Amino acid sequence: MPVPNNNAAFARKGSNVQKVPGAKSTKAATKKKDEEEAVETGTGWEEWSQGKALVRPPDQMELTEAELKEENTRILTANNPHAPQNIVRYSFKERSYKPINIVDQMAVHFVLEGSLVHQDSEEARKLGVKEGLAQEIATVDATAESEEEKAETSVNPAVDGGDVEEAGDEDRPDSAASRINKKEPKVTNQFNFSDRASQTLNNPMRDRICQTEPPPRSSFSATANQWEIYDAYVQELQKQEKNKEKQKGTHSHKDNGKSKKVMPMETQSEDVTKWTMASKILERTISQNTFDDIAQDFKYFEDASDEFREQEGTLLPLWKFQYDKAKTLSVTALCWNNKYQDLFAVGLGSYDFSRQGCGMLLFYSLKNPAFPEYIYPTSSGVMCLDIHVQYFHLVAVGFYNGCVAVYSLKEEGREPVYKSTAKTGKHTDPVWQVHWQSDDMDSNHNFYSVSSDGRVVSWTLVKNELVFTDIIRLTLTGAVSEGPKGAQAPSIASGTSFDFHKQIDYMFLVGTEEGKIHKCSKTYSSQFLETYDAHSMAVDTVKWNYFHPKVFVSCSSDWTVKIWDHTINTPMFVFDLQAAVGDVAWSPYSSTVFAAVTTDGTVHVFDLNVNKYEAICQQLVVDKKKTKLTHVEFNPIHPVIIVGDDRGYVTSFKLSPNLRKKPKAKKGHELPKGPEVEVAKMEKLLSLLREPDQNSG
Amino acid sequence: MTEFSLLSPIQGQKGVQGIIVANSEGIPIKSTLDNSSTVQYAGLIHQLVMKARSTIRDIDPQNDLTFMRVRSKKNEIMIAPDKDFFLIVIQNPSD
Repeated sequence: MPVPNNNAAFARKGSNVQKVPGAKSTKAATKKKDEEEAVETGTGWEEWSQGKALVRPPDQMELTEAELKEENTRILTANNPHAPQNIVRYSFKERSYKPINIVDQMAVHFVLEGSLVHQDSEEARKLGVKEGLAQEIATVDATAESEEEKAETSVNPAVDGGDVEEAGDEDRPDSAASRINKKEPKVTNQFNFSDRASQTLNNPMRDRICQTEPPPRSSFSATANQWEIYDAYVQELQKQEKNKEKQKGTHSHKDNGKSKKVMPMETQSEDVTKWTMASKILERTISQNTFDDIAQDFKYFEDASDEFREQEGTLLPLWKFQYDKAKTLSVTALCWNNKYQDLFAVGLGSYDFSRQGCGMLLFYSLKNPAFPEYIYPTSSGVMCLDIHVQYFHLVAVGFYNGCVAVYSLKEEGREPVYKSTAKTGKHTDPVWQVHWQSDDMDSNHNFYSVSSDGRVVSWTLVKNELVFTDIIRLTLTGAVSEGPKGAQAPSIASGTSFDFHKQIDYMFLVGTEEGKIHKCSKTYSSQFLETYDAHSMAVDTVKWNYFHPKVFVSCSSDWTVKIWDHTINTPMFVFDLQAAVGDVAWSPYSSTVFAAVTTDGTVHVFDLNVNKYEAICQQLVVDKKKTKLTHVEFNPIHPVIIVGDDRGYVTSFKLSPNLRKKPKAKKGHELPKGPEVEVAKMEKLLSLLREPDQNSG
Repeated sequence: MTEFSLLSPIQGQKGVQGIIVANSEGIPIKSTLDNSSTVQYAGLIHQLVMKARSTIRDIDPQNDLTFMRVRSKKNEIMIAPDKDFFLIVIQNPSD
């Protein structure tokens, strides 16, 4: 039985401890123990003395016999040597400190609470009963195999049963009883107990570092210029203005809606215009580079050989204007812009009436011969055009189908701003010429047109429509009736050209297909002021002189150019050019100079002051067989003419010095200048002619 | 499309070696030259134009640069700056 065994061991040890000091305990509490020990020591001491020899500690004192025998007498008193002997206490009764004689003499050296129980005591009996019960329960539960054993365990008292079981334990290690024994909680040995701790390996320390990407940095630096500050202010101003507009805009919502719809279109076109501006500048510069020699010629070249040929002059070809899409068309009209002297308009159509198609209105600048400045494709061939003298963005155009239209260079898009329709009195035949008039009394722009349907019509631009007024209906009055056919159309004469007098506002000339020229007035629509039996074929052009108020020129396909005094109904000069004359034009710098172009590709320049009978310059400027010249026009300022042909080309020429010669200054005389001189010059010529005329007449 | 039709007459001109359209940052948008020279021209000329423009505008803030031509021994570079981009044309006038 483990518990009693333990107790026995304890008792033995305890006895040893007590023997060594050899002193009797003074305590009353320990006396009981001593008695118990004494019972047991009897047997323990015998065992010890018998089995083992005396062992001396090495440092034991060596004593002589005498010393050993010497008796040391000690008197034991009950006084505690450490107890204080002079304790005083204050006595309140006697009001003085009094020594206290009675001191506690007890000293405690060792105290041990024991767990030993006396065998015969009540407590011991209780413990014994408890243990026996526990064993009984265990055996009853576990062992079902051997009834004998059972019987033994049940019969035998607790102590005996334990022995038997110990034996059984050896036989059958499997037995339940032995298991129970092992399972009993192990009580720690109070004396032989030691704490044992062990240290496990520490995990090595590890540093783990990670770096994040640094946030992107950027350094910003700027300098404020004067103009940047200016821009900032301007932007601010614009913002303010916009805000103001917005506030206003809230009042009229409808307008806003409309403008919004238009907005995307506008922005698109703006982009295009941005492009055009930059590319236009570049284009012009490039052509300035490529045509540098021509530009130099235009400005500075003067034909030196003119000095040796007194009477003759030459034309120096400059730029040639062409546009790929206009190759199949022929030039039907030319007109310089009065304000921008490098800009001219070209009307393209066809004179071949069996092959009519679309036409084109082009604007070229001398600065860029490679590509037109403006392009307006038209559905019908352009037959004539005129640029307004003051409002140079307005261009009146007459078409082959009888329409007239007004284009504005200021407007975006390729459609005319005004166009006549069948309802609004359009011509029934090709419009042969248009001409701007000075504004009427309501300051509306207006122009005239003439067509082969025999009408001369005035068109007025009112708001967004063209208002027409028939000025005159051309009739064949005074004409010889042409047999049976004449009966059907006696009253209609086809107008092919007209021109308005430069000074007399109401007077104008109309050339007809029949070769007659009528002098008309805007105010008399019923009759002609005069009729000139001018040509045997259609009058292609009739033009008043820029200087002399009486003189005009006419040309026709009957190969002739005639100069007239409108007061005399016979021509003053007649020139036969050996080919159909397409166009004739007075020069803007001299009253006696004019140019004519013929279908054989020749340009004829006349100066009546130099030679009354022949041209002072006859120059073939294009391929004679393939190309016919159709129109000619003088530049208002520069000594340059442009010539159009039936292949859509426009060529510019510089007039040599002889072609623009001023009368030689007489010695001592300041050379007079101005229109009066030019008038006088012409007048002199005419007077020379009149006299023989009158003589002959 | 409009861009192309506007530039094609320039390209057809005599002696024109190349056309570059670059945006306001100097990044080429359209070019008829090869890639590397386009980038080079656009980048360098952009700086030049900016400098020229700021010169003009420093003198008078209301003024602005509209056109610039740089004539060199071999060719002529013409630059037409605009609000959002600029056009560069390289031309050899002697061709």
